[in-house]
Amino acid sequence: MITKRIIPCLDVKNGRVVKGVNFEGLNDVSDPVALGKYYSDHGADELVFYDITASAEGRTLFTDILTRVAQTIFIPLTVGGGINTLHDFDRVLKCGADKVSVNSGAIRNPALIGEAAKRYGDQCVVLSCDIKRVEGEFRVFAKGGREDTGMEAISWIRRCVENGAGEVVVNSIDTDGVKKGFDLAMLQAVCEAVSVPVIASGGAGCINDFTDLFKALPKVDAGLAASIFHFGEVKIEDLKNELKNNGIPMRI
Amino acid sequence: MIAIIDYGVGNLFSLTSSFFAIGAEIKVVSAPEELENAEKIILPGVGAFGDAAQKLRDSGMADELLKQAAKGKPILGICLGMQLLLEKSYEYGEHQGLGLIPGEIRPISDVIPADLKIPHIGWNALHLTKPQNALFKYLKEGDHVYFVHSFYGTNCAQNTIATTEYGAPLTAAVAKDNVFGCQFHPEKSGNVGLSILKAFCEV
Repeated sequence: MITKRIIPCLDVKNGRVVKGVNFEGLNDVSDPVALGKYYSDHGADELVFYDITASAEGRTLFTDILTRVAQTIFIPLTVGGGINTLHDFDRVLKCGADKVSVNSGAIRNPALIGEAAKRYGDQCVVLSCDIKRVEGEFRVFAKGGREDTGMEAISWIRRCVENGAGEVVVNSIDTDGVKKGFDLAMLQAVCEAVSVPVIASGGAGCINDFTDLFKALPKVDAGLAASIFHFGEVKIEDLKNELKNNGIPMRI
Repeated sequence: MIAIIDYGVGNLFSLTSSFFAIGAEIKVVSAPEELENAEKIILPGVGAFGDAAQKLRDSGMADELLKQAAKGKPILGICLGMQLLLEKSYEYGEHQGLGLIPGEIRPISDVIPADLKIPHIGWNALHLTKPQNALFKYLKEGDHVYFVHSFYGTNCAQNTIATTEYGAPLTAAVAKDNVFGCQFHPEKSGNVGLSILKAFCEV
């Protein structure tokens, strides 16, 4: 049976991993290559690198870093941040990314997903969606969760999947950073709407949150988190062992 | 030297990087005559079967591959490259493959339950039906590898060397004499994947 995936997410700014990361045996905690390798060696099923740089210099640095990561780590790499055109897809795929995650770029240009899927295949295109409850509905937010687009999230996701998004990352703004568990109601709504893999993001605070996620929603394919892994609150190996003991299929 | 065939189908970055990582000498080749000097050959590929098969034929690679295979040179097909080793594919029509290994390519939707997602994407366990195969020198039963595919090889007879379970047993690897194929991506399957490439280098 296919295993559930555990995915650490690394935010990269000017070629360095942001947020203080502290691991034993890791000297340079903000080196994306060292950190990526650490996660890969310790059981991560996939890595997400998110470029949060705004400048052109930062973009170039990011692609250099990405190339070095892809030369070192042999698990699937997903790259997001600043993906607005097919040229951006091309830029990161050439550096060794396997999948490209689109968020605001798809909101600005809804044709982007279809064009990218046609050129690179559905499996390459990941829709990342920041969602927050507004006036009783799930609303899509843009610009890193700062701007309400007014679009209803479930119909937006359905439309993007019809256009060729091969995977959906659901990031709940309501639970993000709260560390009280994933947003099961939101995730369930997305799982019922689409048949492509769904990746849960936002809200993980402990191992049990992942157990609850996969037990409550068998259709969720992966759990993504950043700070709980970076700060060592949850070790990926411990997490995967515990999930396996709970009957969740895991690659150990 | 191991030749990696570049025929305009897919990105070779991860594949070349993984051979560098295991210390193998490789060369990306796009001219058929370059296969003559290679000790071993990798046939990669992602995308649609029909298009890729056409490109292989048009470039003259198909004929050269058949020639090198007949001489006993080890060949490893990866993902679509594995599918191309078989006789034919029913992916959007009917297309001829290289026919180096018996079998045909059919949609996985033919055999898996309707509630399972397509493509079959992610890490899945290998069941080694022929654990003694040289490709599995460093592997053990149940090792996980990374898959991304919507079509699979079937009717490969005794040439299936590993399967994976996704609502039904799907062909994961095939081999016939000096010709090998992996449906999964060894270059994306961590240390398990690298050890498969290493084993191929040592064939």
